[in-house]
Amino acid sequence: MKTIDKNDVKHIALLSRLSLSEDELEIHSKQLASIVSYINKLNEIDTSTVLPTSHVLASLKNVFRKDVLKVSLPADKALANAPARDGDFFKVPQVIEGK
Amino acid sequence: MADLFSRTANELMQMIAKDGLDPSRIIAELFERIARLDGKIKAFVLANKAGALERLDSANKKGKLFGVPILIKDNICVEGEETTCASKILKGFKPPYDATVAKRLKEAGAVLIGKANMDEFAFGSSCETSSYGPTRNPWDLGRIPGGSSGGSAAAVAADLATFALGSDTGGSIRQPASLCGVVGLKPTYGRVSRYGLIAFASSLDQIGPITKDVQDAAILLGVIAGHDEMDSTSVDIPVPDYTKSLVKDVKALRIGVPKEYFVEGIDKDVASSVKAAIGVFKDLGARLIDISLPHTEYAVSAYYIVGPAEASSNLARFDGVQYGLRSEGAGDLIDMYIQTRSKGFGEEAKRRILLGTYCLSSGYYDAYYVKALKIRTKIKEDFDRAFEKCDCIVTPTSPTAAFRIGERSADPLSMYLSDVFTIPANLAGIPGISIPCGFTGDGLPIGLQILAKPFDEEAIFRAAYTFEQSTDFHKKRPNL
Amino acid sequence: MPAQTIQYETVIGLEVHLQLKTNTKAFCGCSTKFGQKPNSQTCPVCLGFPGSLPVLNEEAFFYSIKVALALNCRIQDVIKFDRKNYYYPDLPKNFQISQYDMPLSYDGRMDIMSKDTPKRIRIKRVHLEEDAGKLMHPEGENYSLVDYNRSGMPLLEIVTEPDIASPDEAYDYLTRLKAILEYLRVSDCDMEKGSLRCDANISIRPAGDKVLGVKVEVKNMNTFKGVRSALEYEEKRQASVVGDGGKLVQETRLWDANKSMTCPMRSKEEAKDYRYLPEPDLVPFMIDRSVIEKARSSLPELPEARSARFKKDFGLSGYDADVLTGRIDIAEYFEECAMQYDDKKKAANWIMGSIMAEMNDRNVGIKELGVTPADLLGLLRMVDGGALSGKMAKDVLIEIIESGMPPEEIVKKKGLSQITDIAEIEKVVKSVIEKNEKSVSDYRGGKKNAFTFLVGQVMKETKGKASPAIVNELLKKILGE
Repeated sequence: MKTIDKNDVKHIALLSRLSLSEDELEIHSKQLASIVSYINKLNEIDTSTVLPTSHVLASLKNVFRKDVLKVSLPADKALANAPARDGDFFKVPQVIEGK
Repeated sequence: MADLFSRTANELMQMIAKDGLDPSRIIAELFERIARLDGKIKAFVLANKAGALERLDSANKKGKLFGVPILIKDNICVEGEETTCASKILKGFKPPYDATVAKRLKEAGAVLIGKANMDEFAFGSSCETSSYGPTRNPWDLGRIPGGSSGGSAAAVAADLATFALGSDTGGSIRQPASLCGVVGLKPTYGRVSRYGLIAFASSLDQIGPITKDVQDAAILLGVIAGHDEMDSTSVDIPVPDYTKSLVKDVKALRIGVPKEYFVEGIDKDVASSVKAAIGVFKDLGARLIDISLPHTEYAVSAYYIVGPAEASSNLARFDGVQYGLRSEGAGDLIDMYIQTRSKGFGEEAKRRILLGTYCLSSGYYDAYYVKALKIRTKIKEDFDRAFEKCDCIVTPTSPTAAFRIGERSADPLSMYLSDVFTIPANLAGIPGISIPCGFTGDGLPIGLQILAKPFDEEAIFRAAYTFEQSTDFHKKRPNL
Repeated sequence: MPAQTIQYETVIGLEVHLQLKTNTKAFCGCSTKFGQKPNSQTCPVCLGFPGSLPVLNEEAFFYSIKVALALNCRIQDVIKFDRKNYYYPDLPKNFQISQYDMPLSYDGRMDIMSKDTPKRIRIKRVHLEEDAGKLMHPEGENYSLVDYNRSGMPLLEIVTEPDIASPDEAYDYLTRLKAILEYLRVSDCDMEKGSLRCDANISIRPAGDKVLGVKVEVKNMNTFKGVRSALEYEEKRQASVVGDGGKLVQETRLWDANKSMTCPMRSKEEAKDYRYLPEPDLVPFMIDRSVIEKARSSLPELPEARSARFKKDFGLSGYDADVLTGRIDIAEYFEECAMQYDDKKKAANWIMGSIMAEMNDRNVGIKELGVTPADLLGLLRMVDGGALSGKMAKDVLIEIIESGMPPEEIVKKKGLSQITDIAEIEKVVKSVIEKNEKSVSDYRGGKKNAFTFLVGQVMKETKGKASPAIVNELLKKILGE
């Protein structure tokens, strides 16, 4: 099983929108390596015939809501915590270009 | 009517309803005590006396919990009150809505006195990762109170709060309850609505009561539990009257003792207290059954994949766009994301996000995330099999009593391993309680964990109440 | 390598995103109404506020099954939702609730016409997901604005296999798909309002090759014609790159409708690692026989079947039947007319001709046009009865549209009745012949145009009301003498 190194951590940091200083990169790489090495313990168990459990409540299925209108938040409440707003819009630094 | 601050919720309910106690006196006493002591303990991140009295004024007088003060962990949304998960990235965030549990407490007439400190985003077992600084254990201010619901547990233990809500993902209610000598219950997954609980690991999180005794836990659970149409993972099973389980009788009870929970590495005082506690059950007529939960040793590994994986996704929304911290002076959008998150998250939060992202990333998903979910299946099957033979399972809550502040914060893995006894219940979704069962030679509280099968909180309350009423541990208070 | 001798074939796959016309969003009770004030149709759930949780809209779920059935897909027994994780400001949680490896349905098909030959397009999958908010980039500013009204709207993603072989086929696929979706009444299918969006994947390869070439993704096409034009451009561009000995790059290109070209997206795309995981806040959904049967029995007669029925019952050509069933409002209109009128072909021609032309010019649907089936049939009956000439009828049609009055009233009011009195017309014909000696002799000399001129003069004199048939007959008769 592969172990996690500094390049992995750099890549993951970008995926998670985090920047790490050289020192942080060093520390995190070491700590993550030791954690990952610990969790590799799971390979001691053969799970080839086991199904994964993503929901513990096996009997809970088909939970719906009816297509009935509910009262929305007024725009002011939706924007009340906005770090930057322009009228009724949330304002963000420019996206470099369209998707 | 002295010492209202030390009364249980049940006692206060009786006094308000039958003896004409004016609830504002409770609030006054609590806040006087908070002003005097919380400077040292730091259980509160928000303590608002004027706000509490205002809430009391408009509280539902017919509510079951009318006038009883409640403290809520800072990862549970209360409309209009700053809710930060003890993180810089949410500083100033005031939710425009109430968590369902907060709404139910309001409807029951309970009075919010403040928000409790916690590990940042519930990532921790010591309350040391809070951006507000650590809460201290009232039994020894140089020690941690446990985490992540450290503030809630410490406040209840120090009589700064009558009762409180915490949240439990890997032991975050039970372990601090154990370390602070109070009662803490993690309900069955799906028993209590998660709507309004700022998520850590969606498939593991549950909100639960932290109280001075078992009766209060039964009362509080009864108020917050029940189906919520806003939470797809909340079950539509009727909520029983849990107080009916407060019966001092364990004669028909089959109590499982899992050998995997009594191994090397447990503090010897903890081991002997728990063994003695098991002896108490035996003396009271319960039947002890040896059981095995063979996959216990893999629980921590599985948890530290599933938890961080879900957390890394849940925390992606904290990016400076809609609420909370936004880093100033960022160049473009991506810059803003990166700077905001790097400045706003503490070290442990970053660590878990990185770990979780790693486990979900291309090429690793099957080896880690899927593998962990398969181990989860095995752990759940272990419990299913065990509960065919017994009604409850008893274990120590934590391998040790409270450790010193700073003792484990440099070694994350050692911190993670302190959750070894509590984690399996979250992975399996079963309910569990921690109740006081003794003290170490240094006078630090020790907790006993009682687990039961899904939706059988009644068996837990029965066993816990019987033990509590047959002993005195819950009556002791720290010297403050 | 002599590039001119290599024939290339085009391989296209289309991905359509369809907004479902439910009352409320996919996971919360906010309204789905279009065009409202920004951020006025939001709540903690569709804003992705901390602590919020999704709950699936039952109607969105039911609509999805209807679409899957209409596209002949196989439907999963158990479905789940997954989180697709990426960062963008229009995505409030920075993940989208979508479906990854257990989509609602798969292995479907839709038949199109490729140069008059039927062709089967395989539908790879149809799945349900939530839409993102809307991002706006004010011109010349260094900031962007976000409106989350659209965030959380239920979207169906319909993906084809790369079976489409030309931009024309792509156009046909889209128009037929839209017809089906309109029949189902599950969406407005309006590309302008964004309730139907289309992205394309296109590659070329030497004709007959089985291996797929380098795939280019094309986005930002806002009309079906735009899709066709963009693909035509891409086809040529790719062929010319390869023809010049160059290498094609797997990339995403944006269609610029103003410049009629595709341009590569400027940003360097990081490798797309969406880190899918099963959505833990939603439980699995079982789709059992009874739900499928309920959905199936609620399906209306779909365009293909309706077209076949029009052909059979009303004796229309395949082409006509297809045009008339291409939009549900037109199909219903025609059907209503056909029930009350014997000359189905005539009604069909009027609808496919003048009516649809006016609809296009005015950019309205057939209801808004304001010509009811009763109006149209009234008009046709007047033409049948000779009270109105065909040409006059066309003018009256415009008048119906603009005034809202029924044809009978218009004709009466404007005195437009066709003159069919032979004696009356004969008078005018004789008068015109007298006044136009030169044309008469031109005609007698063999110039056919002269005849047309004379007819025109009679029509002018009668202010267009003379029956052209009678004029023609009389002129011929009198001049022949």
